[in-house]
Order: sequence, then C-alpha cells, then structure tokens
Amino acid sequence: MSLDIILSILKENWPSYLRGAYMTLLIAVFSTIIGALIGLFIGVMHTIPLRKKSIKSVILKIFNFILTVYVEIFRGTPMIVQAMVVYYGLYAYGIEMDRFVAAIVVVGLNTGAYMAEYVRGGIESIDKGQYEAASAIGMGHFQTMIHVVLPQVFRNILPATGNQLIMNIKDSAVLSVISVTELFFTTKSIAGANFRFAESFIITVVIYLIMTFVASRLLRIVEKRMDGQDAYQVQVKREE
Amino acid sequence: MMEKVIDIKHLNKSFGSHEVLKDVNFTVKKGEVVCLIGSSGSGKSTLLRCINLLETPSGGEIIYKGENILDDKHDIKQYRTHLGMVFQQFNLFNNHNVLKNCVVGQQKVLKRSKEEAKSNALKYLQIVGMDQYVNAKPRQLSGGQKQRVAIARALAMDPEVMLFDEPTSALDPEMVGEVLKVMRQLADEGHTMLIVTHEMEFAREVSDRVVFMDKGVIVEEGSPDQVLVNPTQERTKEFLKRTIKQ
Ligand SMILES: Nc1ncnc2c1ncn2[C@@H]1O[C@H](COP(=O)(O)OP(=O)(O)OP(=O)(O)O)[C@@H](O)[C@H]1O
Ligand SMILES: [Mg+2]
Repeated sequence: MSLDIILSILKENWPSYLRGAYMTLLIAVFSTIIGALIGLFIGVMHTIPLRKKSIKSVILKIFNFILTVYVEIFRGTPMIVQAMVVYYGLYAYGIEMDRFVAAIVVVGLNTGAYMAEYVRGGIESIDKGQYEAASAIGMGHFQTMIHVVLPQVFRNILPATGNQLIMNIKDSAVLSVISVTELFFTTKSIAGANFRFAESFIITVVIYLIMTFVASRLLRIVEKRMDGQDAYQVQVKREE
Repeated sequence: MMEKVIDIKHLNKSFGSHEVLKDVNFTVKKGEVVCLIGSSGSGKSTLLRCINLLETPSGGEIIYKGENILDDKHDIKQYRTHLGMVFQQFNLFNNHNVLKNCVVGQQKVLKRSKEEAKSNALKYLQIVGMDQYVNAKPRQLSGGQKQRVAIARALAMDPEVMLFDEPTSALDPEMVGEVLKVMRQLADEGHTMLIVTHEMEFAREVSDRVVFMDKGVIVEEGSPDQVLVNPTQERTKEFLKRTIKQ
C-alpha cells in the first residue's frame, strides 16, 4: 500500500467519490430530518391528554398502538433487513421504487423509531410548571406544545438528533444491498475495477471521517446558537 | 354594593379519598385585595388552583360574573384569560426572553397584534421595574426578577383578578421586598387580588379582607384587624401564635 497508488486512484476517480459522498450526505440529512419529524409527531400524539370514554380517545388509542408497533419493529430489526424488505417487498408487488427514495424512506423510518423515544423523554422532562403557566394564560394543548414545550424539546433532543445524523452518515452504507450509489457502494465499484481494495477504501475512510467530523462541529455551533448569548443587553433608558 | 367577580359556593375537592376542600364558600369583589392564610397543607393552593381550573373541583360552583364556569358548555380557556396567575416557582417560559414571555399569550390567546401586545407588555414590565431586561432569558435572572416578570406576564393579559400563590416563598430573603413592593403598588392601583401568603405583615397592610383556612375549611374571615389582631376562633389564635413566634 503506498501513497502514490492512493493518489492515483483519487486522481482517476475523484468525481465518483464525490458523487458517492454527496449521495451519502443527502440520504443522511434528509432521513434525519424526516426521522426527527416522525419522532416529534409520535411524541406529541403520545402526550395528547385523553378524555375518558370519547370516540376520539378510542381512535387515538388505536392510532397510538399502531405507532408503537412501528417503533418496535424498526428498533427491533436490522436496517439492512428493513432495506431488503421495503425495496424488494414493494418490487414483488410491482412497485419499483427509486433506489434513492427507498434509501431515504428506510433510514428515515428507522431514525423516526429512535427519535420517538427521545422526543417522548424530552416532552416528559419539561417541568409541569411550564404547562400550568401556559394553561393559566388560556393556551390550549396544541398552543402550549407549539409555543412553549416543543421549542424546549427541540433544544433537548438536538444532541440526540446530531448523533442520529452521524449514525446515518455511517449506516447508510448498508443501503448498498439495494444498490444505492452512496459512498460505500461507489467505493466497491471502484475497487472492483482496479483491484486495489485497501487503497480505495482508505480514501473512503477519510471521506467518512471528514463528513462525521464536520457534521458534529456544525451541530455544536447550532446548539450554541440556540442557547443564545451568555449575557443579555440591558436596555438603557433614554431620557426624554 | 360592589360587584362580585368570583363567587364560590360549596366548593369541594378530593384527591382520591383525601378531602382537601370541604364546602368552601367565599367571594372576591371588584377592587378587593383578599389574603388567604393558613398552615401548610390546609388547602390554600388547592383552592387557588380550583379557581382557575388547574385542578377540577369535585363539587360546588364557581360563579364568575354571574355565570357558573363549571357548566360543561363554558369556555375554560376564555375564562382563564380573565385570571392572572402568579406561581410560587415563577414558571416563566424557559424558551422565551422576558418580552416574549409577556407577549406570547396576548398574541396567541387574545389575538392581539404584535405591536399592541408589545407596547402593553412594556407598560407592565415598566411597572414591575423589568423593562430594562426585555432581552434576558429566564435563566439569566434572579428569583425576584423572575417573579416580577411573571407578574408582568399575568398583568399583560389584562385580567379581572390576579391570583398569587405564595409569590415570595421561593425567594431569598433579600428579594422578598422587591416583589412585595410591586404587589403593594398593584393593590394601591385598585387591582382585584387574591393572595395566598405567609407574610403576615404584608397581609395586614394590603388586605381589605383576610381569610383563614384550616384543614380544608374557611375558619374565619374579616378585616385584617379582625382576623390578625382580634381573632375569635381558637384555631386562628393558635395559628397566629405559631407563626408570629417564628
Ligand atoms: N395533586 C395532589 N394529589 C394528592 N394530594 C394533593 C395534591 N395536591 C395537594 N394535595 C394535598 O392536599 C392538601 C392541601 O394541599 P395544598 O397544596 O392546597 O396546601 P397549602 O395550604 O397550599 O399548603 P402550603 O402552605 O404548604 O403551600 C395537602 O394535604 C396535599 O398533600
Ligand atoms: Mg401552597
């Protein structure tokens, strides 16, 4: 293994590497966003106050049960298997999904199943005084959620979402089983043509590291931003 | 005769088999300042929380301006906007700065315009002496400052009645004064106030009426002098002896 070979592989294949990395990032980012939205939705559904013995509450309970089943299935099975079942399962019914779309769906559903738990924990960790204060000024459940609770939950689950994004950057490699042309699949093709497996994958290692490192740094910045300044500005009264 | 704003009739509240309020009757009239005193666990907070329906009463009536708000058809959210609640633990919205804390309810619940809500909020922040801190987040404020913002937040909804549940009990001693000062000022301005407090001196100064509760019942009520200086009931005398000794 030599640097010369690595450089020459890079020189020859850099557009492919770049395209693969781009696909990986696209899948990771979109599926994390979708997963976070699914998680928020489930978390909120699970915390709607139930009034006893109304049709609405029965429907809600059934719906929540279905959501729970979804969470258990996606957390309890390997993503590589989920990818096979979703893509080839639908294929068997004559539905030919775009591989890229299938990838985002699988990773997104997987992320959503994990995020649901984080969100639920995030909502439950909000002090009950926050709800009471919101109720006391006349806010309803959804207003309280949108204006008071969820912004705080957002902040609380941001680190978990960040971890999930980094996981997704790495784990999207398993989507090569349904021939999604992300970074791992692309590298396999390159190595398959030049038979330089180690050198080809060294480049991939570096690319993955750069992506996860940059992602975690960016998230740290977002967290800082959300926390606002450490000091506040005292408004100086202007004498009139 | 002054208009009754809140009229409570035969109010009961139980938690499971534990009867916390037993046949409570009392009224708050427009412009009145009523202090609710009593030992720990006597049901003062529960009574206050029943009034704005943070707790659901087990029985009785809460008449607000002639209407029983425990009727099924009554709009609870609408009713709550007429009551300004100040909590012992402040409960400022942690995600909002001082100004937004005082604006969000006006905009989202009362549907006021942004400009109107903002100028109204500033008006009350000025009254409580916190208008310089509009950009601060709750975690950057001291307890006394938080509580003054909480008072401004409640006032900004322009409620008919202000409810205070031990507003100074969670404060360090040196911050109690600044909050009581604000409350004194509100009382002087004619706000209708119902205050749960352990500050006997304050209760004596500001109240039009003092209500003494014990074990879920109202034992005695009357002018501050009647209840705090010349109580007629044994239980009141005992309570006062205990609290003044401390
Ligand atoms: N959510 C609840 N579930 C069960 N019991 C409760 C609940 N809230 C209050 N209680 C009980 O009701 C009784 C009255 O409580 P409350 O908080 O109204 O007293 P208080 O007069 O405000 O006392 P303090 O001066 O300590 O605040 C207490 O015995 C308390 O344990
Ligand atoms: Mg209490």
